[in-house]
Amino acid sequence: MRYIPTTPEERARMLEAIGVRSVEELFADVPERVRLRRPLRLRPALSDMEVLRYLRALADRNGHADRLVCFAGAGAYDHFIPPAVWQLVGRGEFLTAYTPYQAEIMQGELQATYEYQTMVCALLGMEVANASMYDGASALGEAVVMARDLTGRDRVVTSQAVHPEYRQVLRTYTEPLGIRVTELRHEDGATPPDGRAVDGRTAAVVVQHPNFFGCLEDVRGWAEVCHRVGALLVVACADPLAYGLLEPPGVLGADIVAAEGQALGNPLNFGGPYLGIIATRQQFVRRMPGRLVGATVDRHGRRGFVLTLQTREQHIRREKATSNICTNEALNALAAAVYLSLLGPQGVRQVAELCVRKAHYLKARLAQLDGFHLPFRTPTFHEFVVRTPRPAAAVVRALAREGFLAGIPLGRFYRGMASHLLVCATETRTRDELDGFVEALARVARRRVVGGRV
Amino acid sequence: MKDFPLIFERSVPGRRGFGLPEPDVPPRPLEEMLPAHLLRTQPPALPEVSELDVIRHYTRLSHRNFSIDEGFYPLGSCTMKYNPKLHEEVARFPGFSRLHPYTPEELVQGALQLLWELGEELRELSGMDAVTFQPAAGAHGELVGLLMVRAYFESRGERRTRVIVPDSAHGTNPATAAMVGYEVVTVRSDARGNLDLGALEGELDERTAALMLTNPNTLGLFEEQVDRIAERVHAVGAQMYLDGANFNAMVGITRPGDQGFDVMHMNLHKTFSTPHGGGGPGAGVVAVKSHLEPFLPVPVVVREGDRYRLDFDRPHSVGRVRAFYGNFANLVRAYAYIRTLGAEGLRAVAEHAVLHANYLRVRLAPYYDIPYDRVCKHEFVASGVRQKRRSGVTTRDIAKRLLDYGFHAPTVYFPLIVEEAIMVEPTETESLQTLEEFVQAMVAINRECETDPETVRTAPHTTPVGRLDEVRAARHPDLRWRPAT
Amino acid sequence: MYPEDYRYSTEHEWAKREDGKVRVGITRFAADRLTDVVYVELPQVGSQVRYMHPFGVVESVKAASELYAPVSGRVVEVNERLRDHPELVNQDPHGEGWMIVVEMSDPSELDRLMDAQAYRQHIGEA
Repeated sequence: MRYIPTTPEERARMLEAIGVRSVEELFADVPERVRLRRPLRLRPALSDMEVLRYLRALADRNGHADRLVCFAGAGAYDHFIPPAVWQLVGRGEFLTAYTPYQAEIMQGELQATYEYQTMVCALLGMEVANASMYDGASALGEAVVMARDLTGRDRVVTSQAVHPEYRQVLRTYTEPLGIRVTELRHEDGATPPDGRAVDGRTAAVVVQHPNFFGCLEDVRGWAEVCHRVGALLVVACADPLAYGLLEPPGVLGADIVAAEGQALGNPLNFGGPYLGIIATRQQFVRRMPGRLVGATVDRHGRRGFVLTLQTREQHIRREKATSNICTNEALNALAAAVYLSLLGPQGVRQVAELCVRKAHYLKARLAQLDGFHLPFRTPTFHEFVVRTPRPAAAVVRALAREGFLAGIPLGRFYRGMASHLLVCATETRTRDELDGFVEALARVARRRVVGGRV
Repeated sequence: MKDFPLIFERSVPGRRGFGLPEPDVPPRPLEEMLPAHLLRTQPPALPEVSELDVIRHYTRLSHRNFSIDEGFYPLGSCTMKYNPKLHEEVARFPGFSRLHPYTPEELVQGALQLLWELGEELRELSGMDAVTFQPAAGAHGELVGLLMVRAYFESRGERRTRVIVPDSAHGTNPATAAMVGYEVVTVRSDARGNLDLGALEGELDERTAALMLTNPNTLGLFEEQVDRIAERVHAVGAQMYLDGANFNAMVGITRPGDQGFDVMHMNLHKTFSTPHGGGGPGAGVVAVKSHLEPFLPVPVVVREGDRYRLDFDRPHSVGRVRAFYGNFANLVRAYAYIRTLGAEGLRAVAEHAVLHANYLRVRLAPYYDIPYDRVCKHEFVASGVRQKRRSGVTTRDIAKRLLDYGFHAPTVYFPLIVEEAIMVEPTETESLQTLEEFVQAMVAINRECETDPETVRTAPHTTPVGRLDEVRAARHPDLRWRPAT
Repeated sequence: MYPEDYRYSTEHEWAKREDGKVRVGITRFAADRLTDVVYVELPQVGSQVRYMHPFGVVESVKAASELYAPVSGRVVEVNERLRDHPELVNQDPHGEGWMIVVEMSDPSELDRLMDAQAYRQHIGEA
């Protein structure tokens, strides 16, 4: 049997040692009433070759980023991943290990995580980061619950320019706990700091920076507003590479950062697995969810690493734990660490700068294109909203036929924005692709003018 | 001996490990695009190393790890079976790994078909009616499951406040119940290691929202009265939640849906062999009976004729617990696994997982106490009390000594109801030779506890570092590297 | 081992009367059972504690235990040294390892606690 090494002869030997005549006897404790007395009705088993062929055929039916030039972002970014990243991360020693419960034989994983925590802190300007969360959205949900625990308050204010799916997750995490979430409207693509939005009952304000529309928020202004009333500022982020160039949230006064780390060396993967990042101030560490790796020494005085502050976690604190999280996204965190090691401080800056230059080139060209215009004046990073001459969903369909994934139609998330398209250009887009994209959009717009069917 | 260097300690200013293109768009001053006051003033303190430095650093770190690829990993409750290499190749097909989650539906038909087919197989395997792929891990699945239970009662105008968990439960169960706002009630296990039915009945009433049960339970024992338990729970209108961490022991033998469960999670990184990655990512598919289907998180994969669609229009949904659709790459791996094994192969998985566990149980019984010594399922719990009483050697010491013999240790000190617990799960993918080698190591350690307890107490001795000072780590948390000043 | 002038709770806290106030800590028995204490979470000065209700948490590497107030009243002092030196709880649980000082609101609660003799019996060391 595939992947089972036991031969019929060995099976017989084992049964004899156990003192039973058949494997069936080993299931005597499963009541007849609940037994499945028929074969499972599954699709027929396939050989390795057939599995490869079948799944390749399914994969080939998808409009992936090697086939459609990718201008979509919104929390999933087509950044370049140096081949070294997954050649290292994919090593069996990392890939097929469990959580590092036996620290002495898991120093590789533990040290890599400690280095990852350090790198995340450096990039975000924060004091402490955990070993990872599921994704940016669930990290945000947990961050807000953490803010409630820290402040003992139960009101949360979130900007509507936070990723709509992140806000949905935030509601799912907070609603059963009786936390009241209110939303702030965006103005000109951003959320200007407003002291009237908070009071002494506010646990936290959530802004995303750069926000869902790609616009830059006044994080420093929000920090002042929050801290004046004793609330915490939670900054969400969908692409931390922005902080290669932008002042990081820690420096701007964020108390907790919840970020999506997919951009740091992780593939698009149709949405997952990605990498949840959560980081905060040292003084809040005991309210943090998830695993933390700390440095210590062994019995000979040599440096080593262990899982630490575990009394926060479910396996010890049970119903009083800071979260129920157990399995996290360790391998994706490792990919982020390898990626950040390869890039270093100059590399992340250069990637961020390339993103900005390409996105702004594209933005400027689209601003001049007949029928298109830019609804927001707020400065943007590598993503921006453009108003399209036809419903954005139709534009995306038409562009797919021209070989482009044009972006994300915003009508599905925001009322009144059916003709708004969220467009992203990372460092991977070439001038030719940018120009080709603009020309294709122009053709689509012209077709409308002559009444052609899009 | 010198400390193993951190990558930061290999850093040399100006060294680089990347090759990026020059900008090919017309140059423009940055300040025209981004306000100067928002630009970073201090570069992030990341290491400055060459590509070869990075390759060597992480390759050497990998040598300081223990993995299934290297050796036997009998970590109870974690199902550390072989992770087929075929799956890695499949998951990296560009059609999957390079697919943007917001690609229009008509261009992701292959991905959606895969999800649909995986869902069909999981429904048949579990005996449930509907699935969601959204949870990223088992605990995340528990959260989804209890949120749905809560929404179900709300839809009926009922407010229930309590969730019951056995004393042998995983810590995630009570932690999840608390996240959903439930009071946690703990019920004891009986002398046979099953849930105490009498104690359960004493706690069941119309305040109970759900019983969270693990089956086989964390002692590796099948809940023999599971259908009776379900009857009692349903009699007060409460829901049966299955923590499916131990699904490996029953695939093809018995189905949670037929046992009376209403909702369950499956850890695809356990039963369905997706690699655990040193702590994650996992995938925690949740399956439910039809009465809970309206509450599934959005979106749900649906089929209409030969087209597949993501259905977002579900007014009773509990919402989302993450962005996008789930840990897709792991769902691909799990589907490849199910397609490779098929019905017969999956049943053989359960049979051999149970055969191997029972073999180890009887082989170790002469040397270690087995508190619930009867036929087990995929794992069993031994105890180091005999060794502790005899020579003062603890289970922790025995676990550490096993590392010197080249094995990962079993899960220790869990479940909490067994003193000095040693929880062993061999899985179906280990050979008789490996199981015997493990037995020999355990026998040798038992002997050492008599002849040379000091060696066991100070173990491990052959690992990259010796036993680590966890007290110091917790008293003076050092959670990131800072350059010496 | 267990000072005769202290009173003891069933949850292994001790209370030492100092004028109208009471100094509170955990017993040697509890400290030993916890093994190495790594962190003590204490209330703020000025907060109220209630008889046999939790006022804080004491943690070892693998366990966390609630601390129960042996008397009701207002916290007037907390042992700030425990922040950096939680090991004091193990080294000198009945002295330097004290946790809080409470201004009692109901001195009769002291009578509901055990004396040293009864406590020794309670933990099976009599």
